[in-house]
Amino acid sequence: MVRLFANANYDFLGVRKYAYGVTAVVLGIGLLALILSGINYSVEFTGGTLIQVETTAPIDVSRVRDGLNSQGIRGAEIQAFGSDREYVIRARTAKEGTDADNTQETASAVESALNAVLGGGTYTVVRTEAVGPKVGSELRQKAFFAILLSFVAVLLYLAYRFEWRFGLAAVIATAHDIATTLGFIALLRLEVSLVVVGAVLSMVGYSLNDTIIIFDRVHENLRKLKGVSFEEVLNRSVNETLPRSILTHGTTLASLAALAIFGGEVIRPFSLVMFFGVFTGTFSSIFIASPVLLWIERKWPGAAVKALGMRPASARAGGAASPRKAQPVT
Amino acid sequence: MHTIRNRFILIGALLALSIFYLFPRQQTIRERGQDGVMRDVTITRVPLKRGLDLQGGMHLALELDQSARVSADPARDIDLALTVLRKRIDEFGVSEPLVQKSGDDRIVVELAGISDPARAKAIVQRSAFLEFRITDKTGAFERALPSLDRVLRGLGVQGGTAKAQPSAVQQLLGDSAAAADSADTGPGILTDLILSAAGSGVSATPGEFMVLESAYPRVDSMLNLPEVQRALPRNLSLRWSAQPEPVGVESYRFLYALDDKPIITGTSLVDAQAQLDPLTNGAVVVFDLDRAGGRKFGAETGRHVGDYMAIILDDLVQGRPPVIQSRIDRRGQITLGNKTLQEAQDLALTLKAGALPVPLKIVEERQVGASLGQDSIREGVTAGLVGTALVILIMIGYYRFAGALAVLALGVYILFTLGGLSMLGATLTLPGLAGLVLSIGIAVDANVLIFERIREELQHGKTVRLAVDEGFQHAMSAIVDSSVSTVLTALFLFQFGTGPVKGFAVTLIMGIAASLVTAVFVTRTFFMLWLQRRPALTTLSI
Repeated sequence: MVRLFANANYDFLGVRKYAYGVTAVVLGIGLLALILSGINYSVEFTGGTLIQVETTAPIDVSRVRDGLNSQGIRGAEIQAFGSDREYVIRARTAKEGTDADNTQETASAVESALNAVLGGGTYTVVRTEAVGPKVGSELRQKAFFAILLSFVAVLLYLAYRFEWRFGLAAVIATAHDIATTLGFIALLRLEVSLVVVGAVLSMVGYSLNDTIIIFDRVHENLRKLKGVSFEEVLNRSVNETLPRSILTHGTTLASLAALAIFGGEVIRPFSLVMFFGVFTGTFSSIFIASPVLLWIERKWPGAAVKALGMRPASARAGGAASPRKAQPVT
Repeated sequence: MHTIRNRFILIGALLALSIFYLFPRQQTIRERGQDGVMRDVTITRVPLKRGLDLQGGMHLALELDQSARVSADPARDIDLALTVLRKRIDEFGVSEPLVQKSGDDRIVVELAGISDPARAKAIVQRSAFLEFRITDKTGAFERALPSLDRVLRGLGVQGGTAKAQPSAVQQLLGDSAAAADSADTGPGILTDLILSAAGSGVSATPGEFMVLESAYPRVDSMLNLPEVQRALPRNLSLRWSAQPEPVGVESYRFLYALDDKPIITGTSLVDAQAQLDPLTNGAVVVFDLDRAGGRKFGAETGRHVGDYMAIILDDLVQGRPPVIQSRIDRRGQITLGNKTLQEAQDLALTLKAGALPVPLKIVEERQVGASLGQDSIREGVTAGLVGTALVILIMIGYYRFAGALAVLALGVYILFTLGGLSMLGATLTLPGLAGLVLSIGIAVDANVLIFERIREELQHGKTVRLAVDEGFQHAMSAIVDSSVSTVLTALFLFQFGTGPVKGFAVTLIMGIAASLVTAVFVTRTFFMLWLQRRPALTTLSI
């Protein structure tokens, strides 16, 4: 039988200093990308008009842009969408001199520009999204509160299910996931649409799931094991859940790869964000959630950790300063 | 023995229920055909609702457009508009339309599978405020023109109309506007631009004036200046014709001076139907008034025999005002000129459904063509099949026999999820489809947790039977905890999302529920059966 990482015994907590370094670098790159290119919000959030057209022949992008300019639509983005027969036109600003919340004038101005440049009948509009700035800002607000509130809800659940220390550690790990994912989105210049916010929220759910499964094992091991340090308990728990993590991430990545490759252009950003989310979620469960829990338990030890029979800090003077192989698991 | 049989009966019942809800069935859809006749179409399909992004369709969010006229009671007007839109959409004839209030000030309209979005938008947006007015015979407007010109001069309106209209208008003006500008030194701007139709020999309709189509936006903006509005004669209102008309080589827009009070409005209308006029073969709308309306209309038209009556729809005069030849009672006719029968039908249905109290503006529009929806379904299904195949390979490759059981359970899981969605009447959207594919990867997690636990127990030297029992028991808490946390995030997603994202959240929640049932109940039953058949089993292929 195939067994991956069975009886694994890696000193995950011991190398946490290096993991922090990796985190710092990843977050740094992400922050840089965020500062340099910013977040590319979809028209759903900024307000504006998106028109996807199928053409009979490749189009001259600059001529279309000129046509849009002459219709009073400035700074439109025109992109090929998957092939050179499909294009997406995004007009973020309304047609000059019109009420931006009345989305129709801009949409029809885009169509008349296309008619003028491409000629009627050489293209078909397959998708339109026209969102007024008012609706857009409402959506932004809703998305923000959805992420924030789901945070609070999960923290409360974890606090109820385990204790507040676990909940806090899980939420810090999740915050890390969101930060790195934002950096990833900025780096790839992915468009942040409602679907991508959906992906970020699912990624949060997935990563939390991962953290919870490790913490669940920690919880169990805290009752079972006596006379070992808390760091040892954490290390064992991570190692014991490692085969499960590898398998589940494997199957999840497999279906995400299928989605990214075969699922079509509209859904691709979703697949990419989730794909990245699986990695950052796994990393954070092992290298953020667990060390943060260790740190919290050292600062404010909980009853279960005290009952281990060893003060967590006394196990190793100076914390992680002396790298040491973890005890072999029997 | 009994427990295993009962378990299989329960699983069988759940499966039968899922299949029942997914079984293709006949559905009757009431649709209006190309010829404008409503008919019932019966089709056979899987009763899983597809979202607009998968079957093609239009989503509109509308708000009151108060740019021209401020609503006195927005709350009442939006409710009124909702009722009117419901009636119109019912008459329009699309299958399973949705017309719904969203929040306090917004109406959401969802129309699936429509082929002509522009037409649908026009029907939703048209105010359809109908009124009849007698044209002014006193010549009051003509006499007032010089004083209006004085007002304009006093305002400093020379050639430019900077104050009244933004640059877009000037772009429209073109050459003739420049010509008009140079004529400013003459007797007066409006006197120059507004010609009396009656005097020019074009017609004998009193109160009818002509403006060059190219000068129409400019004149309109001048007439709309508050100062000019105040200087207009009392008991008089001005309305433009709906379309320009060619007179000689030029195209003209007609301007009508009308009695201030309409003789009747569309609120008295009880029925309207589109027809082809047998004489001219042009489209007409025939309407019927209610009793009170008919009495009033009869009395007024009787009093105005020989006068001209303008038919005004949404502040625009439809066609040239006809002369009233005799008293008209409850039944009348609107001639539409060169419009198609379909346009006449659309007008008839909006008239019948009633006028919108305040015009509506579209603050959000999402529209997906049916072909794109088809592509999305095809791509989603391909991704789903490939994803499932990969997951099956991994599971069987890694867990062998137990993996095969898990794959069996995965099949059950997919059926449960789809059946559950159908049972709840949930809508499958494109993100929902993606969520489903993703959940196939995640669904095996519960099985993986259990299997890994069983392996551990086996390693600790427990017997196969005990290891399986304990594996299931010990994995439970992790499975429940992770399910609850995922459901929590999905609930927030559902709360905030619009249609497609809501579909994703529903799929996710349904998937977690189905995965919980399959992993802890179905897989367990498979194991129980297996162990019962082989009481002497000492090794497990896991």
